[in-house]
Amino acid sequence: MRLKCPLCGDRDAREFHYRGAAKLMERPEAGAGEAAFYDYVYLRENPVGANSELWFHELGCRAWLCVSRDVSSHEILSVELADAVKRGQA
Amino acid sequence: MSRLAKGGLIARDRPVRFRFDGRELTGFEGDTLASALLAHDVRLVGRSFKYHRPRGILCAGSEEPNALVKIGEGGASTPNIRATTQEIYQGLIAHSQNRFPSLRFDLMAVNDLMAPFFSAGFYYKTFMWPAAFWERFYEPMIRRAAGLGALSGAPDLARYDKGFAYCDLLIIGAGPAGLMAALAAGRAGLDVLVADEDFEAGGRLNSETLELDGAPARDWLTTTLAELSSMENVRLMTRTTVTGAYDGGIYGAVERVSHHLGDAPDAVPLEVFWRITARRVILASGAIERPIAFADNDRPGIMMASAVRSYVNRFAVAPGRDVSIFTNNDEGLRTARDLVAAGIGVVAVIDTRADVAADDEFLHLRGAEVIATKGRLGLREITVRASEQTRGQTRGQIQRIKTDCLVVSGGWNPSVHLSCHLGARPVWREDIAAFIAARGAVPGMVVAGAACGEMSAGAALGSGLAAAKTVMAALGGKVARLRAPKAGEEGVKISAFWHVRGGKGRAWLDFSNDVTVKDVALAHRENFRSVEHMKRYTTLGMAPDQGKLANMGALAVMADLTGRSVPETGTTTFRPPYTPVSMGVLGAHGRGVDFAPVRRVPSHELARELGAEMVEAGLWMRPAWYPRAGESHWRQSCDREALMVRQRVGISDVTSLGKIDVQGPDAAVFLDRVYANMISTLKVGRVRYAVMLREDGMVLDDGTVARFGARHFVVTTTTAAAGEVLRHLDFCAQVLWPDLDVMFTSVTEQWAQFAVAGPKSRELMSALCDAEITDEAFAFMGCGEVRLGSLVARLFRISFSGERAYEIAVPAEYGDGLVRLLDQEAARLGGGWYGMEALNVLRLEKGYVTHAELDGRVTADDVGLGAMVSAKKDCVGKVMSQREGLVCAERLQLVGLKPAGASKQLLGGAHLFNLGDEPVRQNDQGHITSQCFSPHLGHPIAQAMVLRGRSRIGETVRMVDHLREVQTLCEICSPVFIDPDGGRLRG
Repeated sequence: MRLKCPLCGDRDAREFHYRGAAKLMERPEAGAGEAAFYDYVYLRENPVGANSELWFHELGCRAWLCVSRDVSSHEILSVELADAVKRGQA
Repeated sequence: MSRLAKGGLIARDRPVRFRFDGRELTGFEGDTLASALLAHDVRLVGRSFKYHRPRGILCAGSEEPNALVKIGEGGASTPNIRATTQEIYQGLIAHSQNRFPSLRFDLMAVNDLMAPFFSAGFYYKTFMWPAAFWERFYEPMIRRAAGLGALSGAPDLARYDKGFAYCDLLIIGAGPAGLMAALAAGRAGLDVLVADEDFEAGGRLNSETLELDGAPARDWLTTTLAELSSMENVRLMTRTTVTGAYDGGIYGAVERVSHHLGDAPDAVPLEVFWRITARRVILASGAIERPIAFADNDRPGIMMASAVRSYVNRFAVAPGRDVSIFTNNDEGLRTARDLVAAGIGVVAVIDTRADVAADDEFLHLRGAEVIATKGRLGLREITVRASEQTRGQTRGQIQRIKTDCLVVSGGWNPSVHLSCHLGARPVWREDIAAFIAARGAVPGMVVAGAACGEMSAGAALGSGLAAAKTVMAALGGKVARLRAPKAGEEGVKISAFWHVRGGKGRAWLDFSNDVTVKDVALAHRENFRSVEHMKRYTTLGMAPDQGKLANMGALAVMADLTGRSVPETGTTTFRPPYTPVSMGVLGAHGRGVDFAPVRRVPSHELARELGAEMVEAGLWMRPAWYPRAGESHWRQSCDREALMVRQRVGISDVTSLGKIDVQGPDAAVFLDRVYANMISTLKVGRVRYAVMLREDGMVLDDGTVARFGARHFVVTTTTAAAGEVLRHLDFCAQVLWPDLDVMFTSVTEQWAQFAVAGPKSRELMSALCDAEITDEAFAFMGCGEVRLGSLVARLFRISFSGERAYEIAVPAEYGDGLVRLLDQEAARLGGGWYGMEALNVLRLEKGYVTHAELDGRVTADDVGLGAMVSAKKDCVGKVMSQREGLVCAERLQLVGLKPAGASKQLLGGAHLFNLGDEPVRQNDQGHITSQCFSPHLGHPIAQAMVLRGRSRIGETVRMVDHLREVQTLCEICSPVFIDPDGGRLRG
């Protein structure tokens, strides 16, 4: 399995650290309260098909990546730099 | 000699000498061990697994169940090698297995007479009583009697390696379908990798007398291989078995690099385990011919038809002089014609089909069956029964035929294994009476050739080309103008026939595990009727060949017995590996110094010169203690080192602690958000102890933050968490707050850092540095730069021992130089090095925590650091750390422990109970996280996590270690055992 890192190109999956759902990008504001943080830390969708995830190119350029992956087939649908995605949202 | 005078792909000008069971023999380059043995009329090559039946060579490929041998001797030997795949080389030494004292006379053959006691599931029934006898007597006895080859017991001397490959297209199998696909994809410019388990590419083309486009198939093969090898974008890997299909287009493969070389250079591995990542795959794995079950069908001299054609056409070996053939399909007749063409006598073709046209070239008995065989160490005679009325025989007529080789063909089983590794089931095709690979079984895989039921060379070539076109359409390659050559032959006509009914004697289904038709019938009688139950009850298909020959026959027998069809009966599950894989190659580079990389601290050389014992801390090797003359026990060294620090001065290498350099206009804001305590208020030239939380509120790590400028910090992590912390900081900076202008990088390996601790540490530092180290310039928790001649070093007044202490850091290349200076200066002051053991004693005496306490389940408050979580700002983990369950009174809290009774023993991991309570889980009050002997106090001390611990100072509890059976009364106390007001620390 390979991921196309936007900075390094096609790289083997072993170079990456898998973190989990991209929901972790949406950290609540400090005043949002415990329920919002509980949802952020623990609650995850479990979709069949495309899933938005965070991967870290730890043994490469150390970029955090926003990856869309089909969890049924492992097909990688898209890879973007997480900081670019976050800035776009802001 | 049974070597034919001409023909074959062997190099007759290159004879090869080898030994089998001590006998000196000669073959040719291009021979397998099996073909070379057959050329010498060696027919008996092994003894069967359970009954020790004499067995001969049955097949010519990796599916061989009988001819397993040991190659080599001692630590360099490998057992259970299939003689049918092992190439011979000069000086090869092979031994038969599972026999005593010799292959011809095997004492354990008595098992065959006791067969009624060893039927399916016998170990569930026969050896049940008395129960205690199972482990002591029955099981060892059965294990000795049953078996394959034995390991040498000596360390494996072979080298193994790992390989990683990437390609657009992986083609599994270099037969007609695979090579045709490779040609098309190669010409289209795809990056193609072709893997084949044989040492010659070509598949069945090497073993059949076929014509392609009116010329010998060999011509097309030679031209095609030459063109493929001239293409830079095509890699052809022979001797390489693809063993498994995995998620994400990953395939495992074993390349046998030097099994065929007698004198491989030391650097050449025996085998390489490849991990191949392919965008698309064409499975062209061919098919395996299946036997027919009949009475005593396991005698040496009974062989598969496809194997016989391989031995005759490829290896130029006659498998017998008077050959008979038993078939249910056209392959029997094809074999007969090849034998006649090679000048070998065919005495009869026994065809189960009554309705086929008679072939007048030889005695063609139609509608007939083989019902018995004779010849214990080698076939001599078969008995044939006419089951149908045809020309020349009456129904039920029995005739005996003298024959030394019986060729069997029961049809073909497509090799669907790899298409099923991700869970798909194969689909049944009635016209060829076989399962073929299902479409879309593995994402990205296309099946071609015999594996998808294309049973003739012509159809296989066409399907290979079609598969390549499918792949190129998906990958967007340009399809070359290419035509598959035309083959003369037609597809195989078969009428399903699985086993001969009503014969006397046992009819073998699984030759490897000695499973017969009767065993399957027994499983059926005892209601183990699902194929998965039948498999496990009879052990059918569980031997090294994983049922490649046996499974279909057994399914058919079970289908018969239950009155269901074969597809209704279903198959068992195909799992990796396709053929057995040695543990050695799976563990390549996984042992000894190759197991993991080693990180060495700058003082490593000096520590070795001083005879220090080393301890692993993650990948780091850290000195644990430095024994001196007269010290025979680690505790003596450790106690001396700890007291040396308390009384004079000690030096220790702390380079392995993580160091991260943080810079940028928003560095302070960033650190405020990732640490629980306030960092932005830290003054330049000052250091602060800091705690980092996970977002769920638990402690992630602790360390120090030193400020060298308004926008420049150096933070430290624990040795073990350095990687995790850096990853976390990257996450926070890129994913949570990319708007912050901050950069950081690990500088752990760029700086050599040493702790200098003890009352004389200031004196030592002053002697070392150009200027005197004053308390004004370097007060407790101060930091700054100092000069050592031309060298600028960083100095931190921090302590992990409770003593006045400094840490000095220099660029790593000066590490060893500084190490030797420190050593001299410390010795002058009556001090020296202290290792990890003493370091641990010093921190425990002072009540500092490590990851033994910060185990991922504790909050800052649990370990007494609750006040550090700043109320004035948000930080990662702050909200969640205030959850009800984490701030309630019923938490385990960090305390100290000291022995309070006669027993002084405190043990890490031991649990604590109230006096009078039974020491069971329900009464648990906590556990010891760290312990040591304190030379300063003269008794053992410990840190423990105790329920409501901080409110229980002075209470007595009972420590119970159920594992080591130790009980000790302890007093709960403050975790700080020395200098509670910090006078020694601040100086």
